[in-house]
Amino acid sequence: MKAKIEMLLRVIRSAEDEVAKDLLAIGRRHQSDHEVYHLTRDLAEWSHEHVRMLDKVAAEAGISLDAGHDDDAVTALKGARDPLPEQDIEPPLLLLADLRRIHLDCVGLSVDWEVLAQAAQGEKDDRLLQLAQRCQPDALRQARWANSLIKVVSPQIMAT
Amino acid sequence: MEGNSSRPRGTTPWVIVERAKADLARQGPSALGFYTTGQLFLEEYYLLGLIAHGGIGTPHLDGNTRLCTATAAAALKESFGNDGQPGSYRDIDYADVIALFGHNMAETQSVLWMRILDRLEGSDPPAIICVDPRLTPVARVADVHLAPRPGTNLVLVNALLHEIITNGWYDADYVDAHTVGFDELEKTVKEYPPEHAAAICDIPVEDIRSAARILGNAERLLSTVLQGFYQSHQATASAVQVNNINIVRGMLGKPGAGVLQMNGQPTAQNTRESGADGDLAGFRNWSNVEQVADLARLWNVETNQIPHHSPPTHLMSIMRYAETGSISFLWIIGTNPAVSLPELARIRSILGKEELFLVVSDLFLSETAQFADVVLPAAAWGEKTGAFTNVDRTVHISEKAVSPPGQARSDLDTFIDFARRLNLRGKDGAPLVPWTEAEQVFEVWKECSAGRPCDYTGITYDKLRAGSGIQWPCTDEAPEGTERLYVDGQFLAQPQYCEDYGHDLLTGAPVEKVEYEALNPQGRAVIKAAHYHPPHEQPSDEFPFVLTTGRTIYHFHTRTKTGRAPQLQNAAPDVWVELSQSDANRLSVEEGDMLAVETARGAIQGRARISGIRNGVIFVPFHYGYWDTDGGKEPQNRGRAANELTITDWDPVSKQPLFKTAAARVVKLAAGDGASSPAPTTGASAPVGSREVPATLGGRAGTASEEVR
Repeated sequence: MKAKIEMLLRVIRSAEDEVAKDLLAIGRRHQSDHEVYHLTRDLAEWSHEHVRMLDKVAAEAGISLDAGHDDDAVTALKGARDPLPEQDIEPPLLLLADLRRIHLDCVGLSVDWEVLAQAAQGEKDDRLLQLAQRCQPDALRQARWANSLIKVVSPQIMAT
Repeated sequence: MEGNSSRPRGTTPWVIVERAKADLARQGPSALGFYTTGQLFLEEYYLLGLIAHGGIGTPHLDGNTRLCTATAAAALKESFGNDGQPGSYRDIDYADVIALFGHNMAETQSVLWMRILDRLEGSDPPAIICVDPRLTPVARVADVHLAPRPGTNLVLVNALLHEIITNGWYDADYVDAHTVGFDELEKTVKEYPPEHAAAICDIPVEDIRSAARILGNAERLLSTVLQGFYQSHQATASAVQVNNINIVRGMLGKPGAGVLQMNGQPTAQNTRESGADGDLAGFRNWSNVEQVADLARLWNVETNQIPHHSPPTHLMSIMRYAETGSISFLWIIGTNPAVSLPELARIRSILGKEELFLVVSDLFLSETAQFADVVLPAAAWGEKTGAFTNVDRTVHISEKAVSPPGQARSDLDTFIDFARRLNLRGKDGAPLVPWTEAEQVFEVWKECSAGRPCDYTGITYDKLRAGSGIQWPCTDEAPEGTERLYVDGQFLAQPQYCEDYGHDLLTGAPVEKVEYEALNPQGRAVIKAAHYHPPHEQPSDEFPFVLTTGRTIYHFHTRTKTGRAPQLQNAAPDVWVELSQSDANRLSVEEGDMLAVETARGAIQGRARISGIRNGVIFVPFHYGYWDTDGGKEPQNRGRAANELTITDWDPVSKQPLFKTAAARVVKLAAGDGASSPAPTTGASAPVGSREVPATLGGRAGTASEEVR
């Protein structure tokens, strides 16, 4: 596997892992918003599944994508990620901020998968292409879920 | 009609109007919410929708249909672009296979069930397929009874579709000509071979194959669906797969071939079509601005007055907004959330909030009414006139028979009065609600329905009086109404016309207009597939059972009416807990033992009934609240409302709360010492053990004699 593709896989794996962690964290802090709580857990499971699939493909190629191997290039490619917003914002606004953050992260992730799909086609690597085609729509669905919830809750949050 | 024994606590509507005005001035329309029912008349719902959406301009209007038919409507919209029952009750008379999915018709629609019993006694009986975790009367007569583990319906139906597709039992020509999305379904259900489903659902693989064979070879297939699917995990996704069975087999729009996504309440259909349930009037699409503009023109208001920036707010969100304080005025009409909503301790804390101004309209001082700041005594169905539309689109008129007692008024009169006192006006300054009679409102509703799927323009009160029962759409072209929708695969899901562009079945995110236009430009039936994921709350060491709730034939909803009918009350006087023989043996429980059922939310107590329910599942009826106990509106010594136990969770698409998948434990508190469970010995709660249990009988009051000369 080419070094840049391996690096991209590391970037994606790390981002999927962080999306899953953030989704679970968001669910925990908005437990009383039941749809947020349940859906974040469902969607975090999608990202966990993606990580498992990534690891499988990598293992078959004889590489390990464990985050311990991240080098500066991977960190740089991932870009600066904002931490989850501080807890001391009033809860409804915090929900908006959290959803905004997860939406953007998932959009970014879907772009990463897109790059992988393109690269895989360039390399004529069907395994990687299948993986990207399987996971990229999920990242978009995660992003759209957050966006649709923002549309629903924002008018009420901003009205008070 | 029995009068309310408790004193009314202030009935002056001015209090309501003053508070509404104050909250509108302080915050705006988003401060006001309305929660109605499935038991008013068409004209009342339509007025309420006009007042809330058009007059006040709040998106916060929903019906308790959210608990009963929201998934029916959602599944129809996903598959056909519009709400509206494809089939007709008459299909029962023609079908050669009737499949009931989570539908204990014998105890929920007993008159319709008699129609099936007639077929079963006749010369050419249909095959019956039943999906239910309990041994219901439907299960007892079924050719195949599938009792899946609660929460796994989607796996089961995907497996049935797997068999239908891999065996070539589908109508490829029909699929090609009239549908979109088949390839995705084929790809998805490939992952659900019967062996795989049998393991997840914990049912015999051969039963899945038998059921699929019957469905796949039916010549006239009628599928019906109810709460076993609607109130369970992945509700819309599962109900949509039932539609898919009929779609891929081309079993629509022909005698005996149809789908009945059932309703649980008498006028739930009206709540939906008039937009009092989280939709817009006349099945209009909130995300199609031309349709909203059309409604605004009819209503004589500006388009932006009608909230359409997001979906109308569903009930569970309304309650959340009341909890967080952004809804400060809540008007509850003809429904009893203090008993019927999940996680009652939470609901009581919301209804009891000091800052929340709560208005309740009801016939009786229900548990919910006891939380109210103002109670409005309402007239019952026999005390007012209005139109009344059932599941298969049949419109009736229900005439006033007696005058309402005391200060009670029809909801129509109350809404008209409210609109006038609030001085709601159209954009030209004319009164928004100038009418005084139900028939006038029916006439404006007809105008609103014109050209929409639920077209009433060919119906008048006089026509309904001349011969009751006309199925919409009823127009100049179809003056006698329309028995079946979608004859010859002619669907109405065109992007400009449809009520809904659909959703992601797993996340609930709406499909955007441009996507839908690309997906379905010709307005065909949409075949949507979905993968299973496990229920959010799974049995554990601490809570090893799955709790499911439901009803008995003798009571309706929270017993507000049926608990006051002595024979019905005597037939099922108190809550009970159903469990299987093997679970009972394991816990050393016998008929009549006092049990506690506990979940992470709360606890109830009830006597044991050993019934034909599947192992690992317990059933508690949801009817029993507190109005006829010392607690009044809440438990005093022991909880008995099933919803003390249920989880706050809902389907991502239909937003229907889940009442069929909670993890629970059972604790034996005391031996029954010969006492029997108050569970009826009829229906799904019939005892299966060896213990003699006194039979549920009508008694002398239930007998009649007839002499034929």
